[in-house]
Amino acid sequence: MTDIDVAQCLERLAEQLRPQLAELPEPPLMVGIRTGGVWLAQRLHQALALPEPLGELDISFYRDDFSRVGLNPRVRPSHLPFATEGRRLILVDDIIMSGRTIRAAMNELFDYGRPESIQLVTLVDLGGRELPIQPDFTGETLSLGPQQRLKLRGPEPLWLERCGI
Amino acid sequence: MATMADSNRQLQLTADGELKHFLSLEGLDRALLTRILDTADSFIEVGERSIKKVPLLRGRTLVNLFFEPSTRTRSTFELAAKRLSADVLNLDISTSATSKGETLSDTLLNLEAMASDMFVIRHAHSGAAHFIARDVTPGVAIINAGDGRHAHPTQAMLDMLTIRQHKGSFTGLKVGIVGDVQHSRVARSQIQALNILGAEEVRLIAPDTLLPTEPEAMGVRVFPRMEQGLKDLDVIIMLRLQRERMEGALLPSEREFYKLYGLTREKLALAHPKAIVMHPGPINRGVEIESEVADGPQSVILNQVTNGIAVRMAVMSMAMSGQLAERQQQAKAQQKAQQKVQGNG
Repeated sequence: MTDIDVAQCLERLAEQLRPQLAELPEPPLMVGIRTGGVWLAQRLHQALALPEPLGELDISFYRDDFSRVGLNPRVRPSHLPFATEGRRLILVDDIIMSGRTIRAAMNELFDYGRPESIQLVTLVDLGGRELPIQPDFTGETLSLGPQQRLKLRGPEPLWLERCGI
Repeated sequence: MATMADSNRQLQLTADGELKHFLSLEGLDRALLTRILDTADSFIEVGERSIKKVPLLRGRTLVNLFFEPSTRTRSTFELAAKRLSADVLNLDISTSATSKGETLSDTLLNLEAMASDMFVIRHAHSGAAHFIARDVTPGVAIINAGDGRHAHPTQAMLDMLTIRQHKGSFTGLKVGIVGDVQHSRVARSQIQALNILGAEEVRLIAPDTLLPTEPEAMGVRVFPRMEQGLKDLDVIIMLRLQRERMEGALLPSEREFYKLYGLTREKLALAHPKAIVMHPGPINRGVEIESEVADGPQSVILNQVTNGIAVRMAVMSMAMSGQLAERQQQAKAQQKAQQKVQGNG
């Protein structure tokens, strides 16, 4: 366990997102990255009462380390039940570190059409970026020791596990 | 003693049990076949996007090596490779160097020298893909796109994907394969796939002259007549009647064959009312299947074609993934050996 309260974090994120939603001409579309990002997005989606269904992204086919780690044996279809062309998207993931997952996710999103914009929401920012990608909203900023990892467990309840490698 | 299935498994899988060639279904297990189907499901979704392409095999080169003519299989392999962002070379063998006397091995060596990563092979001789897989440079994946009468594993897997889509699972399913089983590599691979995936019953419906010897050893029940064989079937797979077989006096005439083994609306009514009708194509209307059945509500023949792309994307990316894993392990082992030598020095 960590001392981060996921539910509280989500509430804070929803608070941060609300004011900008009120100003938009039409509500944005929300997309979660599997698996943890989808769990979080489900809760945010509900808290913000977004009218259109939630999208789910599986970035397995877009990872940049295929030649090193191969194909994810548990890949599942991505599911975007809406047209993204010209729409504002909110992309949700659990933990951001190198930024490579987000790069892969953005590459995948663009294969569905050209969105008007993409904003990134993450629960925890661990630093250690390898690409110029930053979240627009983040619940917590944390730094871990070199031998430590953080993992979101769920779907019910959602909690963060700190584990050694 | 090592059986055929064992050696086939060894040739196709890495030490960790990952696919590295796809030659036949013999010796593969249910978990692996299910994974191919699951991965294919994800690729079906890719085919529905505005941009139907993923970067998995970007920068890799695939050679379509067809020693036998084919339209559907070759073009779906090509499309599958392109949707994986691979570079594709289609080699028309009839105009290539093999017709100038170059041996198969020499042709392959030349293609390997062009840094190809994968060969998709269709050949009239049974065992051609296996032969090449044994011979090929490590790191290059071989996919069998049909060899002689032996196997056509990607066709069988796209059929399995189609069945799973329509029936949900293989448990309790009764599947009948009708027609020229003897000369059909498709049927051989389908029988293996259905047995591995746990179908309840696989039936062959064909005259004696179009059955392989000892069909029961393949795990099937044989029905010489449609009237009995079609009863309660959930899935009917029609095979193409290879017209050239007529000359071998295995059959009296096309008309006679159609009367006995052609799938008409009348005969279809004997199967389960929700039965699906499949055919690997190309279909001979009025020879093995009535037009109204081929185009009817129970026909899933065009689904099969769409699924062919997704299954081939799955098999190609999984085989490439296995080859890459093996290349890495070998590089690591080499590094270790070198360190050892340096340590000793």
